[in-house]
Amino acid sequence: MESRINEYKEDLKKILKEIAYPLVAILISFVAGGILVYSFGKDPIVAYTALIKGSLGDWNKFGETLVTVTPLILTGLSIAFGFRCGLFNIGAEGQFTIGSIAAVWAGWAFAGLPAILHITLTLLTGALAGGLWASIVGWLKAKVGSHEVINGIMMNYIAMYMSNFIVMTYLNEPGKAFSVAIADTAKLWRFSQAFDQFKHSRLHTGIIISLIVAIAAYYILNKTVRGYEIRAVGFNPHAAEYGGISVKKNIILAMAISGFFAGLAGAIMAIGVQYRVNFLLGFTGYGLDGIAVSLVGNNHPIGVILSALLFGILQKGGPQMQIQGIPKEVVGIIQGVIILFVAANFVRVITDQIKQKRELKKSTVKGEVE
Amino acid sequence: MPAVIEMKGIGKSFPGIRANDNINLTVEQGEIHVLLGENGAGKSTLMNILYGLYQPDEGEIFIKGKPIRINNPNIAISHGIGMVHQHFMLVQPFTVAENIILGQEPRKGMTLDLEKAIKDVEEISKKYELKVEPRAVVQDISVGMQQRVEILKTLYRGAEILILDEPTAVLTPQEIEELGVILKSLVNQGKSIILITHKLKEVMSMSDKVTIVRRGKVIDTLNTKDTNIDELAEKMVGRKVNLTVEKSDAKVSAPILEVKGLKVLDNRRLEAVKGVDLKVHGGEILGIAGVDGNGQNELIQAITGLARTESGEILLDGKDITNLPPKDVIESGVGHIPEDRHKRGLVLDYSLAENSILGNHHAKRFRQGIGLSYQKIREYSKKLIKEYDVRTPNEKVLAKSLSGGNQQKLIVAREIDRDPSLCIAAQPTRGLDVGAIEFVHKKLVELRDQGKAVLLVSLELDEVMALSDRIAVMYDGRIVGILDAKDATEKKLGIMMAGGNAQDAK
Repeated sequence: MESRINEYKEDLKKILKEIAYPLVAILISFVAGGILVYSFGKDPIVAYTALIKGSLGDWNKFGETLVTVTPLILTGLSIAFGFRCGLFNIGAEGQFTIGSIAAVWAGWAFAGLPAILHITLTLLTGALAGGLWASIVGWLKAKVGSHEVINGIMMNYIAMYMSNFIVMTYLNEPGKAFSVAIADTAKLWRFSQAFDQFKHSRLHTGIIISLIVAIAAYYILNKTVRGYEIRAVGFNPHAAEYGGISVKKNIILAMAISGFFAGLAGAIMAIGVQYRVNFLLGFTGYGLDGIAVSLVGNNHPIGVILSALLFGILQKGGPQMQIQGIPKEVVGIIQGVIILFVAANFVRVITDQIKQKRELKKSTVKGEVE
Repeated sequence: MPAVIEMKGIGKSFPGIRANDNINLTVEQGEIHVLLGENGAGKSTLMNILYGLYQPDEGEIFIKGKPIRINNPNIAISHGIGMVHQHFMLVQPFTVAENIILGQEPRKGMTLDLEKAIKDVEEISKKYELKVEPRAVVQDISVGMQQRVEILKTLYRGAEILILDEPTAVLTPQEIEELGVILKSLVNQGKSIILITHKLKEVMSMSDKVTIVRRGKVIDTLNTKDTNIDELAEKMVGRKVNLTVEKSDAKVSAPILEVKGLKVLDNRRLEAVKGVDLKVHGGEILGIAGVDGNGQNELIQAITGLARTESGEILLDGKDITNLPPKDVIESGVGHIPEDRHKRGLVLDYSLAENSILGNHHAKRFRQGIGLSYQKIREYSKKLIKEYDVRTPNEKVLAKSLSGGNQQKLIVAREIDRDPSLCIAAQPTRGLDVGAIEFVHKKLVELRDQGKAVLLVSLELDEVMALSDRIAVMYDGRIVGILDAKDATEKKLGIMMAGGNAQDAK
């Protein structure tokens, strides 16, 4: 028993260590953003206070932030899962869209089912649709070798226009540029129904689902044979093949699971917030934001939760900063700087350099061999 | 007259390692000077410093008595230093002449003067008695020829001092002999040569002087004629070494692996294995000798399921395993120590524990419920680490943090502990130090003594001869002959490796 506890302790340590680098990068980015705000002649303290107040100031604001965080966790997981298999699932955007429209269809078509069943069916329909959509890209990569980024981007456009087509035809709300609404039995339970604190927020149970999925993703990746194979393919497909692991099968599977998460994100947005799908003039952005979320979260499921929270705060607190007279672009700039710092692995590179120099000094002083 | 090269008190550190520590090296005009040492002893670092690829932390370099700071290879070249790397730096689709002039092309106005280039190459090739065909395309000529092109390249740039890094690794015994002649003739024309190697025999046959490097320090500098192989080995390793493999007579049983009429394509879709018949019996080590690139890789890949068999049959214990996926081949009882441990043998970013179940990761004993039990995996890994003497802080460190020898030990441990009926060992000791080599050899012999079949593929002829009970020679995708190890001599094998048949060899 004790050894198991030790095992968990060590897992936790490893996770914290992995999170440390992006965390420092984020801090530096905020300092950089502060300098920027200052150079506009505004007070950075005021700006950041507004940012925090606007996103976490009270329960309702916190609830609204979590509404944004929910799909970001799932699309972030989607990207992270793909990365672990060496795949860049830029198609999460399209899988999100497909998940949304599929969920709306299921939420509308199966009216009359008991709520718990209907919700489960609706979420599964959306997630599976996303998974199927993604596995086309995975299949193309495995069988023909065409790159998942190119195909993913193309599939994003196909998904968007297909969704729009369905919205304007089969599922059209007559005379409107959006789809029919889902049945009440398909709607996710909202916190405002029971808690007064969340009265003015749309916070729904999707956040809980997304947290459970994050833990499930962590478990699949790190504690199962499937995850072992997927990560092996991601790290070194040659060694994986040598070890009897089918590279093609795992590429398709990893894409499908990745798409499952993105599709689920779309489904949750559809049945938790909008209750329908709008005619899209452009990408929803949730899938693409997932890339940034995953990157900052170090492609780690737990990291993704934290980084989704960060992006939620930035997105929801931004308008509050604007009220304080700080251009909303600053939020965008901070986001960009964070991604830049994290992507360049800036903090790690610097600390590694310092470490190397120190070690070098030590070994030179001692004059030791090896 | 001052020495052509004098390196004084050279020191160079990398994080965690002192690669060169107060090294002194003197090379006289017109001598062949061997730098002898195990992998990782610091020979290549020293030569890279001389060639300007690294900067030393301490020490000075004198060329013909003048102190020179060599900040980059161009400075080295301008002082007449030329380097032939272990892995050739040739443009494969270019002709010999184009490769030689690359970077110092003769021009005619705005364009390249190819005619002059060819003339130049012919001239220089005649002058140094290094015969090459200037119009031949590099990818079509033999490895030995390519090496000549590399040497000519340095001479074309006016090299007076040639550094050759492990030049014999890719050559047949006959080609090695030819290289010896070439080097002698270069020296006779006033060039000086530094040879990096860890092969003792070549030191004795090729050099005038030898400097032994161990763990970044110079152990000794000797005149070759005053020393012998045993003394060199001891100085190189730091203790007495047993250079022969001790094994009893083989107790051969029924064939375990049978290969019939096997044809395999390489990744360029050309036929690489052109009809191989082979039997490996229980209780024997069958060695495959051959120069790199004669179909050995493809043969192994076909047996292990990593490459498709075009035609022919592969039987294991009488069971057809032709074109089974790698997973099924592993489960039928094939262990495989792959040639390239970084590419195939290990997931470098996985921990040792995770690596020790690669290929076995489906086994029930590592399961717990629907997931993997990392506790059981770690216990298993600890067992392997202990039994196979893998030097590591613990089983949780990443495989990439281990030295090559310890990485290889882990692979050997994993593949042997699987208890395979056939073990394929491809270059099992490449890049290992003498201690690790002894260990791996011992384990392979143990496996054979347990009645298992061992298929050994190695480019090191000495290794094949020392370990094998029978030796098959592979040339151009075919087995040109199989000899009993007792009848095999280096000369016989060498002729066969170059495509001659067993009759010629006798």
